[in-house]
Amino acid sequence: MNAGISDDTIRHVAHLARIQVADDRVPALARELATVLAYFDKLNELDTSHVEPLTRSVDLHSVTAADEPRPCLATEEALAAAPERDGGFFKVPKVLGDS
Amino acid sequence: MDPVVELSARQLRDAVASRTVTAERAAAAYLARIRALDPAIHAYNEVWHEAALERARALDRAIAAGQKAGPLAGVPVALKDNLCTVQGHTTCSSRILAGYRAPYTATVVRRLEEAGAVILGKTNMDEFAMGSSTEHSAHGPTRNPWDPERVPGGSSGGAAAAVAADLAWFALGSDTGGSVRQPAHCCGLVGLKPTYGRVSRRGLVAFASSLDQVGPLTKDVADCAAVYAAIAGHDPGDSTSLDAPVGDPLAAVERPPRGLAVGVPRALLETGLAPDVAADFASCLRDLQAQGVAVVDVALPALPYAVAAYCVLATAEASANLARYDGARYGARAAGRDYAAMAAATRAAGFGPEVKRRILLGAYVLSAGYYDAYYRRALAARGRLGADFARAFAACDAVALPTAPTAAFRLGERTGDPLRMYLSDVFTTAANLAGLPAVTVPTGIDGDGLPLSLQLIGPALREETLLTLAAAVERARGFRAWKEAAWTSRR
Repeated sequence: MNAGISDDTIRHVAHLARIQVADDRVPALARELATVLAYFDKLNELDTSHVEPLTRSVDLHSVTAADEPRPCLATEEALAAAPERDGGFFKVPKVLGDS
Repeated sequence: MDPVVELSARQLRDAVASRTVTAERAAAAYLARIRALDPAIHAYNEVWHEAALERARALDRAIAAGQKAGPLAGVPVALKDNLCTVQGHTTCSSRILAGYRAPYTATVVRRLEEAGAVILGKTNMDEFAMGSSTEHSAHGPTRNPWDPERVPGGSSGGAAAAVAADLAWFALGSDTGGSVRQPAHCCGLVGLKPTYGRVSRRGLVAFASSLDQVGPLTKDVADCAAVYAAIAGHDPGDSTSLDAPVGDPLAAVERPPRGLAVGVPRALLETGLAPDVAADFASCLRDLQAQGVAVVDVALPALPYAVAAYCVLATAEASANLARYDGARYGARAAGRDYAAMAAATRAAGFGPEVKRRILLGAYVLSAGYYDAYYRRALAARGRLGADFARAFAACDAVALPTAPTAAFRLGERTGDPLRMYLSDVFTTAANLAGLPAVTVPTGIDGDGLPLSLQLIGPALREETLLTLAAAVERARGFRAWKEAAWTSRR
């Protein structure tokens, strides 16, 4: 497993994670992440060929609520913290467009 | 100091119920201590002076009118600032949630209120619970009341410092990789991480959804049992909540431990422990044996991989859980020509460096091409660890480990080395990965005058066994007396 991580990879992951990273921060981040990822390579030492990957530790399956109407958050409460609103809507810059 | 502060939680509750002490007096005493001492400690992000006094007065009036006093009536509590409250703010010690008012109150908080507790305010933490020292807070660090140059642990460091300095009788924190137990260790408190699903996560701001649990930080085991009993139990508002009987935690505290067996994975403890930690651990095992507890060897071969597996899984889940902080519906918002630019700029400005690191790591391990190498491997390691514990519990009722390899470290000592900081959690992450209950109980003081502790991990749903053993350790070690002596000699 490679221990290095390229600047392009950092920029790609930052794009996936929707976090703007300044160009001058990219090399330092690449180094920091590479150190931690190298530590993750330790997991290769463990023989896990006979074990089912475990996503959760407790055996609960498809817990659903009954399909009954119940009181829920009022529109005004939901919008109370909105940075920008327009009537009963959250207002954001256009979603579809360039990227 | 108002003598009210020296009462145990149960004594205080009984005094309030019998109206020999008012809840208002208790709240006022703690609020006065906060005003005097918290500027130097910074346990609290926010203190609700007026609201706490009003609530305490209302409680006094209700009791005077004949209403039955709840099991925590009048007891002052602090809440980690990732528990949503309609009162005040919920910031997770992050700039991205500066000024945020939650539209609902967390289930665990409502249960404390129903039990009669008086909430004093919200405590400092590592941002979004990501850290082991409370140094990654947007509001600055919290200092350890035992030594102001040391960390209180993290991420529930503010909560731990508040209880240790008598600025709250108990606190609620959250534990994803050790964030209740390790601060309990650093501050000389009892800290419990319940079985995954025992305590509702509704209203706990999510960090890693398969690992997070709310847990109490208390001065002794009996208080831990009382708080746990008040908050545990099924919540239909949390789909991961277990519908299992809570039993009688307070009775478990009184039960003698004779006949129980404690398992020790000796191979894991041969190196890496500070000498005082190693000596204290061995001494605790001897004390348990003297009380009729068998000490047996067990093996947990997958435990050395727990931190790596935890980092992969927690960062992956965090990258998904923190995607919601984009400036659209709440929190801070930076300008952007379109949604994507707004989100990217908001998150760049609003998240601290540790949170950013973890989100990027999480996105990376989940991304195409790396998913099998990291994420699937970490899940398999998690499965191995679960199997190791199941095998160990065939031979014992609980596994004993130190909580941490050292006592509380110095401020600034590990912030320059993220990996070294993650390794603070070498003994605590296993219980989160396996979903098992685990308790930290203070056991002594090291050569630097800092608290030491023992950690016990139990099978799923066996919190009562842990409380029985923890109480036995507490009785044997007499930590309260050590703390009195250590603090008195300092004044």
